This record gives sequence, C-alpha cells and structure tokens, in this order.
Amino acid sequence: MTTAIRSVASRSRFSRHALSVSFGLLAGLSSLPARAADQITFVSQGGAYQKAQTVAILDPAARKLGITINQDSIPDAWPVIKSQVASGTPTWDVVDVPTSYCLRGGEQGLIEKLDVSKIPNAAAMPEAYRSPYSIAYEFYSSVLAYSLKKYSSGAAPNSWADFWDVKKFPGRRALRNHPLATLEAALMADGVASDQLYPLDVDRAFKKLEEIKPAITVWWTSGAQSAQLLNDGEVDMVMAWNGRVSALASEGAKVAYTYNQGVLQSTSLCILKNAPNRETAVQFLNEAVDPLLQANLPLHIDYGPANPKAFDAGVIKADRAVQLPSGPENTRKQALMSYAWWASPAGEAAEKRWVAFMQK
Amino acid sequence: MLALASPALLVILLLIVLPVGWLAWQSIYHDGFTLENYRRILSEDIYWRSFALTFEISLLVTTLALLIGYPLAYAANAAPRRWSIVILALVILPFWTSVLVRSYAWLALLQRTGVINQVLQYVGLVDEPLALVHNSFGTVVATVHILLPFMVLPLYAAMQKIPNDLMQAGASLGGGPAHTFWRIFLPLSLPGVLAGTTLVFVLSLGFYITPELLGGGRTIMVSLLVSRNVELYNQWGAASAVGVVLLAGVLAVFLIVSRFIPFDRILAPK
Repeated sequence: MTTAIRSVASRSRFSRHALSVSFGLLAGLSSLPARAADQITFVSQGGAYQKAQTVAILDPAARKLGITINQDSIPDAWPVIKSQVASGTPTWDVVDVPTSYCLRGGEQGLIEKLDVSKIPNAAAMPEAYRSPYSIAYEFYSSVLAYSLKKYSSGAAPNSWADFWDVKKFPGRRALRNHPLATLEAALMADGVASDQLYPLDVDRAFKKLEEIKPAITVWWTSGAQSAQLLNDGEVDMVMAWNGRVSALASEGAKVAYTYNQGVLQSTSLCILKNAPNRETAVQFLNEAVDPLLQANLPLHIDYGPANPKAFDAGVIKADRAVQLPSGPENTRKQALMSYAWWASPAGEAAEKRWVAFMQK
Repeated sequence: MLALASPALLVILLLIVLPVGWLAWQSIYHDGFTLENYRRILSEDIYWRSFALTFEISLLVTTLALLIGYPLAYAANAAPRRWSIVILALVILPFWTSVLVRSYAWLALLQRTGVINQVLQYVGLVDEPLALVHNSFGTVVATVHILLPFMVLPLYAAMQKIPNDLMQAGASLGGGPAHTFWRIFLPLSLPGVLAGTTLVFVLSLGFYITPELLGGGRTIMVSLLVSRNVELYNQWGAASAVGVVLLAGVLAVFLIVSRFIPFDRILAPK
C-alpha cells in the first residue's frame, strides 16, 4: 500500500518535472524564430495517398528547402481547421483538402489569402487551377465505371446519357450521395456540353436526376463503399473516383471506367489563418507544385499532377499519361469542376436542396 | 447529505450539464442571439420527415427487439445454469464487437451476392436476388441485432429477481403454466420490459453508423441530419439545434413513460 502511494507521488513529481522541461524547450524554441520557422506542419488525408505524396513531394521538398515537414493526417480536416483557427493558436500550417474547403474557409476568415507573386510555380499554372486562397495540388476524377461481367468493353456505357439510358443499358446503378459532380453528370446526360456547365442549371439537373432516381440502388457515401458496391456485384455501373476503380482493376476485378465526360476535381493546398510558420508555408507551397516534384506523384499512386507542366518534365511516360485524370488527352474529354461556383450562394443552395431531393 | 453527494453532482455537472448546456447555447447563439436554426427545423419538411422516420424505425426496432429478446431472456432464466450461460454468452459476445464491424457483417450477409441471397437462390425460393439491404429493411434488421443485448440484459436481470416460489405457489393452487405465466411472471417482469424498451428505443433514435451504411442513402435518420447540418451550414449551431430537438424528444419519451412507472424503477429494475 505504502509503496503504491509513494510510487504515485514520485510519478507525479516526475511528470511535473517533465512538464517544466518541455515548457522550457518551448520557450527556447520561440526565442529562436529563425530555427522555429524552419519547419511546417502539413496535414493530408492519410493512407496510401499520404504515403505516396511523402515519397513523391514532401521528402524532396523538405530536402530542397532545408526544412522539417511534420505530418498529420485526418479524413475530414474541416472541423479541426475551424476549431484550430477559432482557438487563435493553430498548430497546423498547410492542409491538403478538397478545394471547396479552402474557398469556404477563405470566405469565413479561416484561411490565409495567398500572394501568387511569391509562388511562381503556381503563377505559371492555369488560372482555373487556383483561387485567392488555394492552389490545386492533385487531380482526381469522378468517372463512369462499370462491371465487365455485365457489359463487355465493346458494348459498355460510355457517357452520362448511357448511364441514364436504362433501356439500352439495363442494370443496377449507384451514384454518390452528394451533389458535387452528380449535378454536372446529370446536366451532361441532358445534353449540356462539358465546357458549358457553369453556372449550373440546378433545376434542370434535379429534374434529370428525378428521372434516374428509381434506377439507383445505392447512394454511396464513401469512396471505399463505391468500389465495394461494384466489386461485389451489388451494382453494375457507378459514378466513382478513378483511383478507386483502377485500384480494383489492378487487383484483378472485372471492372473498367471511361474518362469520357468525367468530372475533373482537385484537392488544393491552403494555409491556415495565423498559421505558426506562414512564410515557410508559402515557400513550401511553391515547391509542392514544382513540375518535377509533381511529376513524381503518379509514379506512386493513380492521381494526376495538378501542374500541367509536370507532363513536360520527362518523368511521366506517354503510356502512363493516358491513364491519369489530368493527362493532356483526358483533360480534353472531361469537365473541370468549378469550385468557385460551388462556393457561391447558388452552389450552397444546390447543396442544401440535395437533402430534400434524397428524402422525396 | 449534500456534502456527501457533491462529488457525484460535480461529475454530473462537468460531464452532462455543461456539455448539453453548451450544445443548447450554440444552437441559439452565433454572432448574437438567433432562432434561425430552430426556424429552419420547424419550417422545412425534410426535418419533419426525418424525425417521423426516425421514430417509426425506432418503434419497429424496439418492438422486434422485445419480441425476440423476451423469449431469449426467458430461456436464459429458465434453462439449467450451463445452458443459460451459453445463451447469455451468445447475446453478449456480439455486444463486445464494434458496431461498425457488425454493420459490415450484415452488409456481407444481406447484399445481392451475400450468403442469404445465394442460399435462397440455390434452394430455388427466389429467381432474382432480393433487395435486403440499402433500404430501411436492412437498417432495421442490423439495428435490432445490435441493440438486442440492451433488451435482453435488463429483462434477464428482472426475471432473475422473480422468486421461483411464487410460480410454484401459483401451480399448487391449480394454475397451469400459461396461467401462472400471465398472472404472475409477466407482470413481475414488466419493469425489465420497460427498462429494455426504453433503452433500445432511445439508443435507436440516435443510431448513426448502421443507417448510414445499410440505408442506401435513403434512410435519412436524425443522426444523419446532424452530420449533414455541420457540412451544409459550416457552423455547429445548425447541428446543435437538431440535437437539442432530438434530446427534447427523448426527454418527452422518458416523461411519458415515467407517468406510468416511476423513474427509479425503469433505471433500476428490482
């Protein structure tokens, strides 16, 4: 009994000691701003994706800049961004998130405004790939995927009009339980050209969706679920993210997809408001979209570089470029999602309308 | 007396009153006092539909759990000790498995190419696989299974406390098994029934993962609306308001139940 009490007492003394040491360290660090600035905290979504970007982009960028990149990962960063900035002392610097988070966060004062003149690599990218708050970092695509057991590749659905055509292509279908890219697909199915989508005709899109609704077996909510539905034969065609389908195919599943009328989407990098290492973060942003480092990414995972110059760097071979969502040929076949429209009041209204549409 | 109870009261204050108060405060305060979040809930019919669906599914789940749970608890109580341990173990083992795992397990069982559909097709009962999942049906089946222990355990506890002598006395006075069950056993097990049904009903009102995974996107229960509200309105207030309304609903259920049976008997069946 007495030993137990003593050991508890000594443990608490020890932890108090440890605390004072770490506080001392913190104080020491903050008195050396030059050294403290030589690091950033980078946050992404974890898993195979974060591993790939660590090898392809983060490690080389850290070596080049002579900084330390601390990493954190979270499936959905939005609530944490909100609470970190609200607390006044965020610990994250750069986040890799769906572009809409950067725009929405920018409007709400959660994200720093960027000075593109300090980020020359981004300045050289197409204007549609950046916003005052964000720089596109990698591309993925919402594509039409299908089971090869049900449809042979010669007689497979090849457009959203085919997806909507339940007579010509009988079978079970799934769409994402989210309006992003789904409304775009509906409009393309209704005959709108892929470069004429914005501003979206929301009424027309929902009307077209009502048409296909009875044929939709599942409205999926996670990428893993969309792949599983197709793999298990629960559905025969689905709108899914290209990386999910290509991963299935490489595991030997009888599935395929087309980039035709795909919706090209991106995650972007942005910097938290009042982030501790803002200047280093800006330097990192420039490195992260460097054409050479960007060209490394598809060597490790099925996502496309956001900087189009990456395809001229001599790293990505032609047979690889045709597989990537942002490959020059595939970019032409697809629609580029306008995150600016989705962040606008009309876009937000469309998102709210989705819940009501699902319940009817 | 108050001095003795104060540590416990402090814990309750810290863990329950403060967070719930904070929840309620957020729902009415966002850059100033606002009732916008509640106005939305009252005026938009998607909320009504979700609340109605949630209560409907919870009632169904509770009824099914009682119909399955009562005989189970009765068997566990009446069987010889060795068998009663087996029955209870079968109820409790899944209870220790994560809700996520059990939901996925049901998905694997119920889907088009799942075991159940394959067996049905093999024996020729159906030609086409049945739509057993990605709808309310799948949601209800999995929820009943997941919440069953919350029905069985209070029932078993209540039944354990019914003295066997009473049944024997009933029998010695000429009551048949059915008669003694209806007149003696069932009324004495009612506190367990109330405890179990209340627990299961309240838990299923707030169920999230299972309807999300097995509902196919169409079974929009209130919990899903809470998460959708965070996404859509980008402020906790909108979601908090939905939570507060659900909490009010749950308290109303408790209040109604407590009119028939006092609270302490529901929570601690004797």
